Amino acid sequence: MLQRLRESKSAQGTLLALPTTVWLFVLLIIPLILTLIVSFGKRSPDGDVIYTFTLDNYIRLSGYSTDCPDGQTACFDPLYVGILGRSMSLAFNTTFFVITLAYPLAYFIARAHPKQRNMYLFMVLIPLWTNFVIRVYAWMMLLRKEGAINIIIGWVMNLLNIPFTPLEMLYTPGAVLVGMVYEFLPFMILPIYTSLEKIDNSLYEAAADLGANAVKTFLRVTLPLSMPGVVAGTILVFIPVMGTFIVSDILGGRQVILVGNLIQRQFLDARDPTFGSAASLILMVLTLIVTYFYTRKFGFGEEIVAA
Amino acid sequence: MISEFAVEMRDVVKRFITPEGNEMAAVDHVTMKIKNGEFFSMLGSSGCGKTTSLRMIAGFEWPTEGEVFIEGKPMGHTPPFQRKVNTVFQSYALFQHMTIYQNVAFGLEMEGAKEEEIKKRVGRALDMVQLTGMDRRKPKQLSGGQQQRVALARALVKTPDVLLLDEPLGALDLKLRKEMQLELKALQQQLGITFIYVTHDQEEALTMSDRIAVMSKGKVQQMGSPVEVYERPANKFVADFIGESNFLEGKIRTISKDEATVFIPGLNAELTGMPVSDGLVKGEEVYVSIRPEKVRITEKNAINQNIFHAKVTNTVYIGADTHIYVEAHGVKLKVLEQNRISRLDPKSFYSVGQEVWLMLMPENTLLLKKD
Amino acid sequence: MNPFRRSPFVIAAAIFVYTFLYAPIIILILYSFNASRTNVTFEGFIPAFSDRIEMDGSLVKASPCGPFHWYCDLANNDDVAEAAGNTLTIAFTATIIATIIGTMAALALQRYNFKMKPFSQLSLYIPIVIPEIVMGIGILTLFSQFFGWANEAFSLQGDARLSLGIVTVTVSHIAFMVPFVTLVVQARLQGFDKSFEEAAMDLGANEWTTFRRVTFPMILPGVLSGALLAFTLSLDDFVITFFTNGPGSTTLPIYVYGLLRRIITPQVNALSTVWILVVFTAVLLLQILQSRDSKQHS
Repeated sequence: MLQRLRESKSAQGTLLALPTTVWLFVLLIIPLILTLIVSFGKRSPDGDVIYTFTLDNYIRLSGYSTDCPDGQTACFDPLYVGILGRSMSLAFNTTFFVITLAYPLAYFIARAHPKQRNMYLFMVLIPLWTNFVIRVYAWMMLLRKEGAINIIIGWVMNLLNIPFTPLEMLYTPGAVLVGMVYEFLPFMILPIYTSLEKIDNSLYEAAADLGANAVKTFLRVTLPLSMPGVVAGTILVFIPVMGTFIVSDILGGRQVILVGNLIQRQFLDARDPTFGSAASLILMVLTLIVTYFYTRKFGFGEEIVAA
Repeated sequence: MISEFAVEMRDVVKRFITPEGNEMAAVDHVTMKIKNGEFFSMLGSSGCGKTTSLRMIAGFEWPTEGEVFIEGKPMGHTPPFQRKVNTVFQSYALFQHMTIYQNVAFGLEMEGAKEEEIKKRVGRALDMVQLTGMDRRKPKQLSGGQQQRVALARALVKTPDVLLLDEPLGALDLKLRKEMQLELKALQQQLGITFIYVTHDQEEALTMSDRIAVMSKGKVQQMGSPVEVYERPANKFVADFIGESNFLEGKIRTISKDEATVFIPGLNAELTGMPVSDGLVKGEEVYVSIRPEKVRITEKNAINQNIFHAKVTNTVYIGADTHIYVEAHGVKLKVLEQNRISRLDPKSFYSVGQEVWLMLMPENTLLLKKD
Repeated sequence: MNPFRRSPFVIAAAIFVYTFLYAPIIILILYSFNASRTNVTFEGFIPAFSDRIEMDGSLVKASPCGPFHWYCDLANNDDVAEAAGNTLTIAFTATIIATIIGTMAALALQRYNFKMKPFSQLSLYIPIVIPEIVMGIGILTLFSQFFGWANEAFSLQGDARLSLGIVTVTVSHIAFMVPFVTLVVQARLQGFDKSFEEAAMDLGANEWTTFRRVTFPMILPGVLSGALLAFTLSLDDFVITFFTNGPGSTTLPIYVYGLLRRIITPQVNALSTVWILVVFTAVLLLQILQSRDSKQHS
């Protein structure tokens, strides 16, 4: 038995990978299949799932309805499509701002003296180690009407003798955007830093030697070579933003409803897992499509592991 | 009973699947018998099958066909840790997380030796490779040459029947390599252990070995002593791979038991009194092979057998020797002249365009089959 | 040319981003000393000995702990203690299991060829490319369906009935942690020279001894950083825990989230501050240990 195992490399590999593969299969793949099955089901009056095959949940998501006011036979309610669209555009905006903020800092760290780089990186990681929920709460304290930002602005305005009424910032789409950017910023800094740090210094020297100035060197050498980091960071930011519901829950109040909130409420408040499953599958398909086209264009960087 | 042969490879084949999915024989029907106490080298360029052969003896790979015997016992699928052979790796493979002492002691620990015994033997092994007092250091704190010695001590401390060395000097600079070559040879003679040495460096193989197996494309091209493989190469590949050779294409005109006459179309001349090897027949196409240092070059025509008029096309002075490139009727040859006398005057060297005579003495030539 | 030269623009941008990263945390810590119970505005530190009357006439009561009043309050909060206990139990258990099986899988994927290799490798990317909430509700559906069936089939009663709890949270955490451990260890294994293992076997070590004495010590830094990553992921996790926890298995993030939706006192800030300090100290110690270790080796 032992002898046979010793001689069969393929049996050894299978055995080593087995626990992980089974674990992932049972807890990631089977749940996805179950979600798919449930999404075709019907909700029973007491919130259970009746297994059947109906596309009702997906039709409801699309907003198409035959139960209309004014005696119309068919009408369209953009509620859910609007939620999906809002989530998508928030995810795009968040990713854009995160890249804008992360790139200069990653560049700053990558070009710092090697002895200081670790300290600067460590400083990026510290906020990440405070808890996700705590970080949202911190922004709640900053953004509220009596919060720190309004106090500081009020103080400056007072000095300048300009009348000032505190801004209503909490429970707005802007607050959700700021919270999202803050939450996911480190996930962009790390991969961009990793790919910037890999660039050999002699490349900068070669570019200078060949007559490129600082701007041209950046555009023609640095930026293209750091693209794998940007791509990896985008995947690490875009996908979770699409599915997060705490940030919008706390900083958006009940004003900003995203797909995440919709799904969560179907499972906990509305008790309609079939509709929640359908929404969740649509969310997954949307993110997979975006990721697929994005990575097909730019490649799937190994920088993902670095973060 | 201990076998006469330390290691024997009997008709061994090793096939791999290439990344493209094709099957490739890295070792193709190799048979070798390596005697006890012998310094045996496998010589060839990369991909010739020498390292794969060594790895099959060590037990890192198993033959697809055939069998490897160590001390007369068939090895089958015996794992490396049950074979009484030890390896010195090309990369040394010293354990970075252990000290020098721990590295050398590792093999003895695996045998279950007692602590005092380990201490004594590790000390002796380090003395032997002149690393006394280095036992507390980590491998990274040593120079390349010192690391090489640790790798040697680590393998030898186990007193193996056979020591396998996979290009152990490849990473050292030239001077150190030459020193180590002599040291290794002396060590082997002192210990009397069989060494199987893999190298792509012909000079290294010639310097150290009792016998050499010249390999190419997974096959043994020739096996013999350094003198044999250099002076009597079995085929054109060996003649070309070991040292340098001039090859003149020709055809056998007449042949007897002792000598042959070969017509060289390129020179439009006949070479007479050529030595005969087995299996040559009249009318056969052959190469006349002659080493550059064995071509005699003169300014005057002294004799009239096997002599040709030629013109110098280039000369290269390289210190000990001068390489003279000549052309005779469009046939190019290389001649090597030793610089026996110290001189500076350029006129005392052959110059480009100079007319010379080349003598191909029959005892310095070989007839090789054209495949 | 100085390779470390950076333009003023880059330096200014870096300062701005660091400020953005740290301002919320500093405010958070400051407010943990707030005298105001409602925690809406900062009303000064709490006095230790005698009550203080503010300029607007309001009264700030003294507390035996002085400015650290909310920390004392926190120390007496049993719910927090329970949540902290749960969080650590889950994180430790899940990290140990995920690190072991994740390292095994990394070895398999990096070293061996076997039939289900492409499937195993691909499944590692699921937690990266699929939003956490999708996995969360999927796992919730799995557990509720399975538990419903099992409770019915074996007619389990009372405490024997299967329900969501610490075990389900831990098991689910492992599922999303393992891929990260495996990918990190795999990256470290990529540069691993097989001749070290061959050398050990050549010197008489069998497969297990070779792993224990040579392979494992050499990949240990990679395994440790994979474990650290997994541990922080578990501590930080909200979404998966949110869907898989049950009565008695509340973790700190879930507890804090619960508070945010109800009354918030500076106690939450005190809790956050303690959390930040503990994690910061732990990671700093680990970093120091690791850099000392790597210095010893070089």
